[in-house]
Order: sequence, then structure tokens, then C-alpha cells
Amino acid sequence: MGIAKQNARMSRYMVSPSVLLLLLWMIVPLSMTIYFSLIRYNLLYPGENEFIGLENFEYFLTDEGFGPGMSNTLLLVGSVLLITVVLGVLISVLVNQAFWGQGIVRVLLISPFFIMPTVNALVWKNLLLDPVAGVFTAVWTFFGAQPIDWFTDYPLFSIIMIVSWQWLPFAILLLMTALQSLDQEQQEAARLDGAGPIALFRYLTLPHLARPIAVVVMIETIFLLSIFAEIFTTTGGGPGYETTNLAYLIYSQALLQFDVGLASAGGLIAVILANVAAFFLVRLVGKSLTDK
Amino acid sequence: MADLTIKNLRKSYGETEILKGINLDIKDHEFVVFVGPSGCGKSTLLRSIAGLEEVSSGEIFLNDKEITELAPAKRDLAMVFQSYALYPHMSVRKNMSFALELAGQDKETINSKVDEAARILELGPLLDRKPKDLSGGQRQRVAIGRSIVRHPEIFLFDEPLSNLDAALRVQMRLELARLHQDLNATMIYVTHDQVEAMTLADKVVVLNQGRIEQVGSPMELYHHPVNEFVAGFLGMPKMSFLPGKVKSVSASGVTAELTSGYEIEVPVSSDSIQPGSDVNIGVRPEHVIITDKNSSKFQAILDVAEHLGSDTYCYVKTLDKQMITIRTPGDFLGTFGETIGLNLDPLQCHLFDTNGKAVPRLSRAAEVA
Repeated sequence: MGIAKQNARMSRYMVSPSVLLLLLWMIVPLSMTIYFSLIRYNLLYPGENEFIGLENFEYFLTDEGFGPGMSNTLLLVGSVLLITVVLGVLISVLVNQAFWGQGIVRVLLISPFFIMPTVNALVWKNLLLDPVAGVFTAVWTFFGAQPIDWFTDYPLFSIIMIVSWQWLPFAILLLMTALQSLDQEQQEAARLDGAGPIALFRYLTLPHLARPIAVVVMIETIFLLSIFAEIFTTTGGGPGYETTNLAYLIYSQALLQFDVGLASAGGLIAVILANVAAFFLVRLVGKSLTDK
Repeated sequence: MADLTIKNLRKSYGETEILKGINLDIKDHEFVVFVGPSGCGKSTLLRSIAGLEEVSSGEIFLNDKEITELAPAKRDLAMVFQSYALYPHMSVRKNMSFALELAGQDKETINSKVDEAARILELGPLLDRKPKDLSGGQRQRVAIGRSIVRHPEIFLFDEPLSNLDAALRVQMRLELARLHQDLNATMIYVTHDQVEAMTLADKVVVLNQGRIEQVGSPMELYHHPVNEFVAGFLGMPKMSFLPGKVKSVSASGVTAELTSGYEIEVPVSSDSIQPGSDVNIGVRPEHVIITDKNSSKFQAILDVAEHLGSDTYCYVKTLDKQMITIRTPGDFLGTFGETIGLNLDPLQCHLFDTNGKAVPRLSRAAEVA
């Protein structure tokens, strides 16, 4: 047996404990979820845990919350992605110019990311968007306009606003760093070639940012699919199902209706959904990541 | 037509003055090389001409039109950068056509201009590749092609060969010389490499610490440097400088006594030289001959000899510890520590006064008169 082969075998033994641990880490919860999703398991009716096949999935998919949950999830992810990427690119290009106080402005731009989602949501709910005492209301009244009751009239939009505020710094952070590696001489060459600021942005900056934008989209999608705290603290999924996304729907079934089986089925559907999204994202984004 | 005139150009960053009053005339079709040690301001001068640096004061004229404050794109100049600065996500063709497309030219004109440039630079098969798939030399050619398509008044080159390996550099140097012939264009070229300066230039501009030391043809600078800096900067290996004192002056030249006691009469104008003043004798390595130690009064000890095959560079130490570099034939067989005799050719020696300025030669003075 060659040394290389022996080495390969040896290293396989050496990594096996961590691989096994990771496998267990994934396999145990997954199989438990699969098991729960196939039995009748409601905490209000203990003892009746008989096998019921795919009945839980049927209930979950035909639940009146499923349709809105699905569309709200997609709407939330899509809108926040759009807002953070577009604003992120514009703001990071803007603060990439040298100006007085650049360091402080950058820190301020990044700081929302350090605030935990719950606190963030509470600040927005009680300080900014409150229909009586909120800052927005004060501004509206100052201009003589009718104050808006954000969480009643535009619930999903309010959530999108809050989550965008939370995630915009992430986009700015990544894009700002990427901009600093934009080659100075390329820009000078383009200026000599007759490119104005807009042409520079369109032909040099944007292509240069393609890869970091792809990273932002990929990472944000993963996190945005499971947005929960912001909804829980502000609207509680309402009014009706208007701000219920899949994560919140699963929570409400497991812990508000005590139906663990149904919630497990929902969780599996969410896993499948996340995988479908991941599949398309990797096809879309992965190419630009590996293509140097 | 592309005459460039620079008048009293100054540029400072805060307190530091980078360019301290540059005056320069560049004629149509000239190949001008800015050369100097790093930090001398040669790149800043080039970038000021390109419009990439704002100047503090002074004026730049292109064909009698002032361009000092004009945007880079409006100056009708093209620049080749040291890092090539190709647009990484565009194909070679797109890289070359970018400026023309921005200028709104029609597709046919653009294509014919790009194809013409590709033909000149032999880039035809590479037109659809991306810069990352090209070698250093090919990228360099694309960068040059990008300037050619624009038919600019003046080509600017900012150390274009310094990122290439030695062999490729020689090849590209030849191609640049050929290109200058073919295009019959005005070119300004910045380098710290004196070989590039000597081989490419019609006119060399030697810069030092933000000032122009001397302007002239390569041979003019080589044979008649105006001061010690230019004399020492051009020539490989460097000119050797030997300190001495003026012993006597006459119509036929200045006689100086070196610190080693050796006397030499250099045929330079004696008008500004007083007997007794300190001078430096400059002699190039090829103008010293090694003789038998008994046949010369000027003796030295051989230090290191570098054998290059065609030549041997000998570094010798005179008895008063001065170093002299000598170029001898490749078959030179001296050994380390050997005592040798030196024979300086007085006709080829330079004499520099106390301020480091060259004293004009008699032959030269006669020519001018």
C-alpha cells in the first residue's frame, strides 16, 4: 500500500469523530422532526400518539395561514433584499468618497447591525412608528398630515422597513470593503477614456461589486427566510395573517395551538422550501463566485 | 501636430513640493523619456500632463491651447499604466473599444479601428479573451492597443515595462521603438530604468527632487552631462568620481592633482576655475585602461571583478581608498588583491566644480562659439 493511500486512510480516521458528531447533530433533530410529523402529537391530548401518515402535511398545506405565510415570506425576503442591495450599493459608493468625518459616518452606518432584533423591533414599535407618540407621527403632524397607524394600515411594509434597517448595514459593510479593493488605475484609465461618474459606476464599480452583491444576497436570504423576532415583538403575525411568515406560522402552531406534529410537518416544508431557494441561489450566485 | 509646452509647473501635497517649477517643450513626433530616481516627481509630472493630478500653479499647453484645467478625457491624450489597468470583466475587444463607445462612434468605425490596432499589435486571436487569460506581455499589448484606437495627440506611458520579466522587457522595448516609428506619434514615457531611457528616447529629461536637471538627446547627456547627478545617473556601471585640487590652469585645460597625488590635465574651459579650488574628476568605466603596475604612476588594488562574458567590470581601490569602476574585455584575468596600474584617458574625463556643475570642455566650447 502506498504512503499516499495510507495517509488518506489515516486522515479519514482522524476526521471521523467530528464528522460523526456533525452527522448526529443534524440527523437526530431531523429524524425526530420527521417522526413527529408522521404521528398525532398534540400537547393538549397526551397519550394519543398513533401513526397518521401524511395527515399533518395535508393539514399544514391546507391551513388558511399557509398561503399568506408563503407569500409573506417571499415578499419579505424579496423586498428586503432589493432595498438592502440597492441602498447598500448607493450608500457605500457615497461614503467611499473622501470627506470629513468619514470614519464616524461609517461606524454609524454599521451600528444598526449590532442591535439585537428584539430591541430593534421594540425601538421601531414604541419610539418611531407609534401612532400617538412616535417620531414618524411627530413628523407627519409637523407637516400637517394625518399620522399613520403603521402596524394596522401597513403591517407588512412596517416589518420590511424594520428588517431592512437591520440588514442594510450588513450590505454596506460588505460592499464598502469590496469598493476599497477597486483598482485606482482602472478608474483613472476609464477617466482618460472619457468615462464620467455614471459610466464609471455602470462599467467599473457595478461589475466589480457583482461578487460581493452575490454574497450579500446569499447570506441575507438564509437569514431572512427565518425572520421571527421582529414579527413576534411588533405585530404578532397580524392583523389576521398579514405579517405571518412561515417561521411565525410554525411557531404559532407548535406553541399557540400545541400541535407538535403539525408544526413538525411545517418545519419540514420550510426545510424543503429553503433547499429549493438554496438550489436556485447557488446556481445563480455560485457561478459568479467561482468564476474569477 | 502635437506640441506640448509646460510652463513653470508646480505641484505640492501640503507642505511638500513635488514639482518645483518645470519648464519643458515637447515637439511633434518626439519620443521623450522622463527618467530619474524614485520620488523625483517624474510620475507626478506625467499624471499632471494627463490631468489625473491637479497642479498647484503653472500652465500646460497642447498645440498652443491651454489644457491645465481641462478634464482628462478632453485632453486627447492616452495613457498606458504600469499595472496595465485593463477592465477585468471586459473582453480584449471591449477593453479597446470602450473609449470609442463612450465617445459615441458608430459600430463600423469602432470595429475597423479595433481591428487595425489588433493587427499592429498582433492581438487578433486574443480579441475575445478576458484580461485574466492573458500573459503579462499580452496584457501590456492590450493596454497599448487601448490607447492606439483613440488616435490620441500624445501617448503617455507610466513605467509600462516594470511589471514584465527581463526577457520580455527587452522584447517589448523593441516593439515600443518600432511602434513609435510606425505610428509616427508623440510619446512621453516615464521610467527609472536608464537603459529604457537611452534606447528609446529622442529626448531624455532627467529629473531629480522635482527639478529638471538636464534635457537632451541620450548621447548628449551621456557625453556632456551638466552636473554630477546626471553624470552619475546615466551610464552602467556608474561613472567614478575622484576628488582632487586644481593645480594650474592654462589655455589647453585644467591640471588637477588627485588625492592620490596623480596629476591629470583635463581639456576643459579654465575660465571659471581658480587654482587651488576643489574639483571632482569624473571618468566612465570604459575610459580607464588597466596597465601593468610599473607602466603607470596611478596605481590601485583590484577588488571585485564581475565577469559578464562580453565584459568584465573591475572594481578597484586606489591607494587613497577611492573606488573606481573599470570596464575591461571579457577575457580579463586579474585576481583579487593584485596591484595594477591605471591609465585615465584625459580627453574623456569630466571635471566638476565645487558645486557639482560640469566645467564645459574646450572642444565643446569651440563648437558653441
